[in-house]
Amino acid sequence: MADAALEALSIPRGSRRRSALRKAIGRKSTIAFLMTLPLILLIAFLVLYPAFYSIHLATLNKSMERFVGFSNFLFLFKRETFWMVVRQSCIFAITAVIFKALIGFILAHFVHNIPSRGQRKWRGMLLVPWVIPPAMSCLAWLWLFDPSYSAFNWILEKLSVGPVSWTGDAYWARFCVILVNVWIGAPFFMIMYLAALKSVPEQLYEAAAIDGANWWQRMRYVTLPMMRNIMAITALFSLIVTFANFDIVRILTAGGPTDRTHVFATWAFWIGIQGNDIPLGASVSLFMVPILTVAAVFILRDIHRRASDMS
Amino acid sequence: MTAASITTATTLGRRRRYGSITQDRRWALRWSYFFLTVFAIFFLMPPIYMLITSLKTSAEISAATNPWWVYHPTLSNYFELLGSGQYLTFFRNSALVSVIVVAVTMLISVPAAFALSRMRFWGSTALATGVFLTYLIPETLLFIPLFKMFALVNEYTGIQLINRWWVLLLLYPTLTVPFCTWIMIGYFASIPKELDEAALMDGANYRQILTRVFIPVALPGLIAATIFAFTVSWAQFLYPLAFTTSAEQLVLPVGIVTSLIKGDVFNWGQIMTGALIGAAPPLIIYAFLMDYYIAGLTAGATKG
Repeated sequence: MADAALEALSIPRGSRRRSALRKAIGRKSTIAFLMTLPLILLIAFLVLYPAFYSIHLATLNKSMERFVGFSNFLFLFKRETFWMVVRQSCIFAITAVIFKALIGFILAHFVHNIPSRGQRKWRGMLLVPWVIPPAMSCLAWLWLFDPSYSAFNWILEKLSVGPVSWTGDAYWARFCVILVNVWIGAPFFMIMYLAALKSVPEQLYEAAAIDGANWWQRMRYVTLPMMRNIMAITALFSLIVTFANFDIVRILTAGGPTDRTHVFATWAFWIGIQGNDIPLGASVSLFMVPILTVAAVFILRDIHRRASDMS
Repeated sequence: MTAASITTATTLGRRRRYGSITQDRRWALRWSYFFLTVFAIFFLMPPIYMLITSLKTSAEISAATNPWWVYHPTLSNYFELLGSGQYLTFFRNSALVSVIVVAVTMLISVPAAFALSRMRFWGSTALATGVFLTYLIPETLLFIPLFKMFALVNEYTGIQLINRWWVLLLLYPTLTVPFCTWIMIGYFASIPKELDEAALMDGANYRQILTRVFIPVALPGLIAATIFAFTVSWAQFLYPLAFTTSAEQLVLPVGIVTSLIKGDVFNWGQIMTGALIGAAPPLIIYAFLMDYYIAGLTAGATKG
């Protein structure tokens, strides 16, 4: 369709017989609209419509025949598991993002420190956890955490420390899902921070050195202000992805032991798809919206600010 | 006299400081290498352990020997897995879905990015922001309503969408298209306006500008977007888990998790082999196109 429109454009100016319709099709804005039409349709039907549809679903009863208003939400508020999921989701996301950011920051500095011909090799090695599909690497972690034949418990045994029930104990299971999340996500932070470090002009460090700034002052007054933007936006991106994470918890613990490691996504899956209670599942997943909105607003503000800085 | 002493003092001081700087530098370098090694071990441990386990027999895996060492390496897990039709079906489904999704994504997002970055029309800036916001909506928010929607489609039209591998062709573009469009907008916007003005002067139409000027110039961005689309479709776990159930419709990640784990019996040798082969395509692409891969990663947040 877009092709036809483009053909219309190349018709020589001299032909006066062009109909009004043709003229409309040939107009630049019409072509542009047609080029974006598939994108608009995709977003409208497979993203926006389901997003609003889930609000509608959340107000129905289990068999989806009757409108029940907010009673799904009220039902959730009364359940202890729900509050456990809220707490676990927040602990999971915040702790994981903080550790990812810390490790990424430290690694970025170390990679930046070493001679530049070695940097490529190290960067390449350190990004591997991010490249492996999470489902596959989580299986490897599950096997490392295995209680009876586990590779970790074997080492602990050699050090004569008692075996740890990695995914069987609630606290250790929480530790495990956060550890794996940090393992997957820290390389991404490293790459982003490394890009930010490389964009700091060398002259600033020279000027700081001339002024007699020590290591901490250079970090505090040159590096951090120059990196602040990218640090914030990476953390916000990661917060969204981590908060909505599904794969890791699903494969490592499937929410267990006794629902202690469920996050919103896995609990919504458990209720909505496996438990066949679609309205309740939709209500659970809708609780992710507030945090996602806050993060999205901050990211958008940053992007607009940068756009206005550039122009 | 005083001037002379001052100069000697400063040269002395400078010399000492120079010395300490190189000393500091050497120590900083040592510490850097030390910590990088520690983290590299931590980061590479799971994939290496996958490889170790995949070379073992079931008997050796359940024996009480050192799990970090292979005493009797064997490729039997690989032969068994690649000999079974089931695993090859998973692999074929994954490959088909990923390749088609990449093609669809590029066909949708490249023209759209061109239109949004160069041909301003009513609502184009709002649409560009909207595309970015869509990228921020996670799939975990959408899978339940989509599941219900597809069930309703089946009810009204009789088209069976759930439990068919090609339903993923509808679902994955929602993950890949917004991001690819967004980074292509960034790449296209960085092309100087003079270039397409010159092409217009030479009588090129918009299609020619896109295919002859923009795509060749923004090729690195295009490759980065392609890699992104491929890795996302290859790794996606939630949608296939929710939408496909029968063994011949599964893609790789779900296939390994659901079919190689039978009840409580974990055949770890085969699971690790399957996971390793499943992780291979993205790793191979990454090994050869690392710079494009990293460009795509950083473009998401730094461009725009």
